[in-house]
Amino acid sequence: MSRAEALSIARGVALAAFVVAASGCSVEPWVKPYERDHLADPIMSFDPNPVSSSYTGHVYEAREGARGATGAAGGGCGCN
Amino acid sequence: MKRIVVMALLSLAAMRTGMAGVLPEDRADVLLHSYDGGGVTIQGPSVLVRKQFAQKFSVSGNHYVDKVSSASIDVVTTASPYEEERKQNSIGLDYLHDRWMMNVGFTTSEENDYKADTFSFGVSQDIFGDLTTVSLGYSLGNDVVGRRGTNFSEDTQRQQYRLGVSQILTKDLLLGLSLETITDEGFLNNPYRQVRYLDPTTPQGYSYEAETYPRTRTSDAGSIRLRYYLPYRAAVHAEYRKYGDTWAVDADTFEIGYTHPIEAGWTFEGKIRSYSQSKADFYNDLFPRSEFQNFMARDKELSTFTSQTLRVGASYDIVRGGWKFVERGTVNVILDHMLFDYEDFRDLRVTGVTPGSEPLYSFDANVLQVFVSFWF
Repeated sequence: MSRAEALSIARGVALAAFVVAASGCSVEPWVKPYERDHLADPIMSFDPNPVSSSYTGHVYEAREGARGATGAAGGGCGCN
Repeated sequence: MKRIVVMALLSLAAMRTGMAGVLPEDRADVLLHSYDGGGVTIQGPSVLVRKQFAQKFSVSGNHYVDKVSSASIDVVTTASPYEEERKQNSIGLDYLHDRWMMNVGFTTSEENDYKADTFSFGVSQDIFGDLTTVSLGYSLGNDVVGRRGTNFSEDTQRQQYRLGVSQILTKDLLLGLSLETITDEGFLNNPYRQVRYLDPTTPQGYSYEAETYPRTRTSDAGSIRLRYYLPYRAAVHAEYRKYGDTWAVDADTFEIGYTHPIEAGWTFEGKIRSYSQSKADFYNDLFPRSEFQNFMARDKELSTFTSQTLRVGASYDIVRGGWKFVERGTVNVILDHMLFDYEDFRDLRVTGVTPGSEPLYSFDANVLQVFVSFWF
């Protein structure tokens, strides 16, 4: 797959995700709110300490050629 | 150092795009960081405070300092050791409306030969019964690159586009996906760094000249991360990132980790990270002659290399049960040991050998973070 194709697919996914999000459609959650106690545990956080993860990302990106897609995409489990 | 600034700004901007539906917790963190490796020491504080107000808003502020003392391999072979300080300040505002979260942020960074300002905007929403969070983000950065002791000044503009998805897969398993495209335009090389070329007229057989980079760079990165709650109270996580850019740098990052709390208020973590990349197509440790091609680089971060990291960390709960307005707190220590092995960057501290036959360069580094966090 060429880079242009990959970019095109990524943008399509982004657009589709945005449309779905904007439509506000809902489905029956298969993990009920009362089943999310494990997910709500701080040890399950993708980014428990932003001050630390920000610094760690800074260390890597200063010494490596790659960049991006390292930020915590997560949380968002609606379980806080 | 220059790329450090820019990537830090973009990382900060990226981190604001995240959880929807719930405002971030009120908390304050004070961190002291120390990097020591490859002849470079970097130390300083980072203070991050976040507070909700009017039920729908959360404001955050970060002050970060890098005090750099550098006698790196580049510095000792082509320049003189130096010291410098970089200060960075950020503010951010989050606004929650139903299941939508919007955020704006501004970060400014300044040192004696580099200034960078970054604006960021992001939006995220919980969907599918709050099982899924989708986030979109954009950042615009404007840098001014200088050179100490001269009037040299060049501009760089950076734009960052982010898509993130966080998904509850089961009651014990979380999935995170990220896609990010970054475009840079302007002066992208380091005004101090030099390339090496064969020069039979010199005693050592080579000379140096200024490096020259393309004025544009576009990169794409995609990552997947999983976090699983084990049958007992502990978590494992795994992560993979694929990276590629228009300079022909391709990279893979793997990471696995384990988090284990115990009853006495301690939480321990361990992590292994492995990174590898291929070189930029205009990188060479030793060019055949002066001005051999239009674009020339000898930045080891653009060479072919691998890096490995081993992390151990511990966190201890303090203020359990609360104290005045503080609900809880932690004291944290994290140590990363990093190893870098270069496959086409040679150690020019070794002289008296045929140019191009010097030993390959490698170094290790220790990165220590000590921080306290309070929730209120």
